[in-house]
Amino acid sequence: MTRYVMVADLRRCVGCQTCTAACKHANATPPGVQWRRVIDMEFGEYPDVKRAFVPVGCQHCDEPPCLAVCPTTATKKRPDGIVTIDYDLCIGCAYCSVACPYQARYKTERATFAYGRPTESESKRHDEARLAVATKCTFCVERIDAGLEQGLTPGVDPAATPACVNSCIAQALAFGDADDPDSNVSQLLAHNQHFRMHEELGTGPGFHYLWDAEAS
Amino acid sequence: MSFGPNPWQQKSWDWRAAGNFIGGGAGCGLLSITAVSGVQGGLRQAAIVLALALVSLGLLGVWAEIGRPWRAINVMFNPRTSWMSREAALAPLLMAVSGLWLFGQSWAVLVCGPLAALLALAFLYSQARILQASKGIPAWREPLTVPLLVATGLAEGAGLFCLLAPWWGGASPMLWAAFAGLLALRFMIGVSWYARLSRQLGPRPLQAVNRAGHAFNAGSLLPLAILLGLLMLPLPPGWALALQLLAGALAVLGGGAFKFMLITRAGFNQGFALTHLPVRGVRPSSAPSRSP
Repeated sequence: MTRYVMVADLRRCVGCQTCTAACKHANATPPGVQWRRVIDMEFGEYPDVKRAFVPVGCQHCDEPPCLAVCPTTATKKRPDGIVTIDYDLCIGCAYCSVACPYQARYKTERATFAYGRPTESESKRHDEARLAVATKCTFCVERIDAGLEQGLTPGVDPAATPACVNSCIAQALAFGDADDPDSNVSQLLAHNQHFRMHEELGTGPGFHYLWDAEAS
Repeated sequence: MSFGPNPWQQKSWDWRAAGNFIGGGAGCGLLSITAVSGVQGGLRQAAIVLALALVSLGLLGVWAEIGRPWRAINVMFNPRTSWMSREAALAPLLMAVSGLWLFGQSWAVLVCGPLAALLALAFLYSQARILQASKGIPAWREPLTVPLLVATGLAEGAGLFCLLAPWWGGASPMLWAAFAGLLALRFMIGVSWYARLSRQLGPRPLQAVNRAGHAFNAGSLLPLAILLGLLMLPLPPGWALALQLLAGALAVLGGGAFKFMLITRAGFNQGFALTHLPVRGVRPSSAPSRSP
């Protein structure tokens, strides 16, 4: 089996938001919609203050709460763990948005553009089907599928890897098959301490955060 | 230990979605109480019409909220796991059976009354499960949300029935007792629900739940006090009737306001949280490994 996951190394992320920009470029999301976000978190009180940059987005859960609540079956989960949305089935009820503990879903009621009127690029890439329905990170599923057809390996070959991972200047993001013990993500998880967000909810997120080297 | 930015109020569902829980809850409660009371004639007809109007208004609110209203029929595609699909599938059945109960002959009235009550309870239960399945909102996903919303809907229905009954000759003492019992049940479930939430929520989400709690208390304790007062302190019929109507109105308005607040003001998500902070730099080998 294949289980695609994302790994974010919190020690490496510098909060440059290049992944956010790359995602917006690759997926042509409208203003205000960030399928890949990096949250800037501050902890503690002066002078003992710490800071962390935390990439977030759809966690492509093992048990996606959005999938169970979706009344239209627009939300689906592929055998490789990627959670998708069929824009032609979705009615935009936003039930998935309140069911998602990761605030990963967006609904844009009407077309909006960065500078008011659409630029040439925005005109070409605007998709009416994505208006008034739920949208979210797809792990760049089209790139993955196209890459697999060419015999490429997602997470290794850039043409088969999500745009955010390709763009990361610090190699903080990694993508790959967690069911393959030799994959890049399996190796990262094996040699580092990691956690998943809101794991107590039983959603089984497919997004792992590295926070320290493996305990010696 | 957990770190992260503060939770914030969800913006996906507004007053239109809240309207479904308000109208659907009160309407289904009224249908159930009407069937259980066994009343006939004008009161039964008025109660059924009002109940169906409330349920329809609620559904209309949801229809106005969804992004693609012209493909709303898709809402029925996932009854296997989605309580929203189940609620949507129950709605036409509820309307049809209640319509037969309203306009049908004597045999239809006998059969359709209990059936309408069962469908109304199922609709009400589905609504409660819709909210409870919203894993992203801690105040909604609390398991006691289900009995709380069901009890709230029934208490609102009893309140509406008590508002209608005097215009058709009054309600039986049993009905007033049932009304008081439902109010007490709603309050007790609400107290347990709040006690559990107060152990889980942060200050801001809890503050928002507290604000919703004012409406809840006003809609539960005040009418309950009025009903108990009337029981112990006989008043002239005119005064008693006025106070009974006030109790009914408070139960309905308080319950509706509570649901409105719960969805549009107290629907905080849980934000983002880290169970560990990243360890950066070189750690002296003698130092213990850090676990925040």
